[in-house]
Amino acid sequence: MTGTRIRVRFAKHGKVRFTSHRDVARIWERSLRRAAVPVVYSAGFSPRPKIAFGLALPTGYSSDAEYLDAEVDPAWAAGIDNERLVGALTASLPTGMTTLAAAEIASGEPSLQHAVTSCTWRIDAAGADATEASEAVSRAMDAGELLVQRERKGRLTIDDIRPAVHAVEVQANITDGVRLIAELATQPRAVRPAELLASLRPPPGGRAAGERFVPVPPSLLRACRLHQWITTDAGERREPLAVSELGERREPPAVSEASVVGAGVGP
Amino acid sequence: MTNLWHRLEPLLPQVSKPARYIGGEHGMQTPVHGPGIVSWLLTYPDTYEIGLPNQGLQILYEILNERPDAAAERAYAPWVDLEAQMRAEGLPLFSVDTHRPAALFDVIAFNLSAELTYTNVLNCIDLAGVPVHSRLRHEADPLIGAGGHCTYNPEPLADFVDFVVLGDGEEAVGDITEVLRDWKTSGRAGGRSGVLRALARVPGVYVPSMYEPVYDRGRLAAMEPRHPDVPAVVEKRTVADLAEWPYPKRQLVPLTEVVHDRLNVEVFRGCTRGCRFCQAGMITRPVRERPAEQVRTMVSEGLRRTGYDEVALTSLSTADFSGIEQVVASTVDDSGCGQVSVSLPSLRVDAFTVGIAAQIQRARRTGLTFAPEAGSWRMRQVINKLITEDDLYAAVESAYSQGWRRMKLYFLTGLPTETDEDTLGIAELARNCVALGRGHVRSPSVTVSVGGFVPKPFTPFQWFGQNTTVELRRKIGLLRDGVRRARGVQLKWHDAAASLAEGLASRGDRRLGGVIEHVWRHGGTFQEWSEHFDLQRWQAAADACGIDIDSWVHRHRTFDEVLPWDHLSAGLHKDFLWQDWRDALDEVGLEDCRWTPCYDCGACTGYGVEHVVASAVPPAGGSQGTGVDLSRGAEIPVRLLERPLVGAAR
Repeated sequence: MTGTRIRVRFAKHGKVRFTSHRDVARIWERSLRRAAVPVVYSAGFSPRPKIAFGLALPTGYSSDAEYLDAEVDPAWAAGIDNERLVGALTASLPTGMTTLAAAEIASGEPSLQHAVTSCTWRIDAAGADATEASEAVSRAMDAGELLVQRERKGRLTIDDIRPAVHAVEVQANITDGVRLIAELATQPRAVRPAELLASLRPPPGGRAAGERFVPVPPSLLRACRLHQWITTDAGERREPLAVSELGERREPPAVSEASVVGAGVGP
Repeated sequence: MTNLWHRLEPLLPQVSKPARYIGGEHGMQTPVHGPGIVSWLLTYPDTYEIGLPNQGLQILYEILNERPDAAAERAYAPWVDLEAQMRAEGLPLFSVDTHRPAALFDVIAFNLSAELTYTNVLNCIDLAGVPVHSRLRHEADPLIGAGGHCTYNPEPLADFVDFVVLGDGEEAVGDITEVLRDWKTSGRAGGRSGVLRALARVPGVYVPSMYEPVYDRGRLAAMEPRHPDVPAVVEKRTVADLAEWPYPKRQLVPLTEVVHDRLNVEVFRGCTRGCRFCQAGMITRPVRERPAEQVRTMVSEGLRRTGYDEVALTSLSTADFSGIEQVVASTVDDSGCGQVSVSLPSLRVDAFTVGIAAQIQRARRTGLTFAPEAGSWRMRQVINKLITEDDLYAAVESAYSQGWRRMKLYFLTGLPTETDEDTLGIAELARNCVALGRGHVRSPSVTVSVGGFVPKPFTPFQWFGQNTTVELRRKIGLLRDGVRRARGVQLKWHDAAASLAEGLASRGDRRLGGVIEHVWRHGGTFQEWSEHFDLQRWQAAADACGIDIDSWVHRHRTFDEVLPWDHLSAGLHKDFLWQDWRDALDEVGLEDCRWTPCYDCGACTGYGVEHVVASAVPPAGGSQGTGVDLSRGAEIPVRLLERPLVGAAR
């Protein structure tokens, strides 16, 4: 059976942010069943519910902009009220995960994996100096290339991530460090917040050359995905499902962000 | 400081699988603690992935939290990476529910399911900040308790635990809670020794420090109670009717991957098939079936509440459950649950029929595992696993005919009287199963899993001298050669060295405590994990403690020898077990007493309980332990007023 596609936007904060992308997929399968949403199953030897998830969120990062597409029974979808669905889904999710919006999407809408072109991140670099950070960011944005070492299938490569860094804004408004708001491309390969920080260099004559300007290991920085963006053929930027467009009021995170200290670099 | 989360949180990005430390499962409880409330930390001494699904722990978690005078939370052994960080930061063991420090609980209660977790028990006590030796604990320290199958010989842990519960815990935890509540509200009258003395009077509760071991020429001669009000023999607890205990009602649904990650509904407890190697079957008698209607309710409500799409009907031999086909059919038919698959984790081949196979593959085929346990009919009579080759082939053919292409077969090696012919019979059975499969499916396969036999307390084989690692390895080598050119047969085996350590802990007396402590102090945690197990460490510990492994593990015991668990009782008469051991050596089988006259093993008569079974006849199919073809009638001929001689019947 071909189902009606619904897209769901959700947030992930607090303790539950230590679950992995695969964990979140399992959590959603069970939460949808608990909420009695009739998800369509695939055919074949081992039928699976038809749910597609977007870009993986590194384990330990929080988010206000996670997405999934699920195929559901069309008869059921015809009678469902989006706002009530949002409430029902949140009620069946674990503490820390909140449904922000849900809506039917066209059957021809490209998958999240293909459509999303960039993400906006809030990155808190504990212990960093605001002036140094501003200078490092300026230099990075002016540079012809930003080289980072990456591991791909067990092999180390050096990649230039400069074309994928669309914008970085420095905010000196957190108590013990610097907050960056960065828009990073997801294609051809997503740049992670930890990789951006790894590419920022201290000012010349400052600390030893090559040293990161953030005095904490990347595993200790905390980051939150604020938006995922789709760039249309006309060059316009839109969200896969905007919270404001649907008139949904965004729930505050279930667990206070003030207690959030660590964040992993992911799988 | 009653919540350690803010100290744990910065460590989590640096460790593997951090989700196992966050709690937050669907069904989790966050109980209120207070002066009149007895707080329990139910602890599984292995990783979260292994421990979370444990049904015993989840049952007690709910029963305790339903009481107004109790609060229960859970803890699991942190993996080595987090443990290193915790020790570096001075962070103690914590509950996953509210991240409360372990030492703030009144009781830290361990589930003992496997001997090789004993070193982890010591590690968890130490991580809690509690002295590992019970004699060094102070009044304010938590009481260290233990329950689970291994407590039928708790002596290796006697120096480290304050009390042990034998048998079903559903009622015992309430009795213990009341003793501790009264003690707390009395201002801890009598101190720590006072409350332990009171606990020793609770039926089913064993307090090791109330007993004095007496040794004679290096052998245990007696375990003497230190006080007149302490029972000379501690009897196990038995819940008479499972219908009164429909738990877990709110099974925990983890946020991260665990073993047995599905809804589990216990359909009966106890087993009287009488397999002589099987401790679980001996110590959990009699058979107590859950009413079929309650099973159906627990399945349908459980699926709706948890969101699982798989349910396991658990027991020691689920195909023996009265009316199993109808229960499975109604589970699959319950359209309110969507696509549901059913798994029957413990299947006897003589009760597995095409009907059951057809029912469980309707939604999604789950893995299929059979346990013939031994490779020849002679060997199976010795161990009293009375299934014929035809039973096995019929079951396997049923499965292949319903579309299964692969299955697992479990076997033991190192059994009493085992010859090389018996061992090689395993390879032959596996080859024949694959050959049968070729008639139904393309490239059928059979995975043969072989474990080294470890004799356990309260079984007829408790007197048997375990095979040496050299002998076990030789037998596994025989099997490897035997299946080398057999297409479709994969062989897996357990490490014989681990079986040796398990055997040492299984039947050791109180003096083994020194070995366990030595292994633990030299870094030997997570001994169930092959990457952390090292037999050298156990040998060094035994040498340091002056313990002769050969005499403790490989020596046959005699009837007059005092066994370290003789002051404990699972209800079984020792002379019944001894007679069964003699019968084993004579290759004489013993039929299932659930459908045939009583052999007076003691489990029912001693406690005034009876089998609770809905059907007076065994399920259809196979030989049902008689060696006779019963596929048409399904009724065992009740002709057995004396001890039956199944071997002679063939």
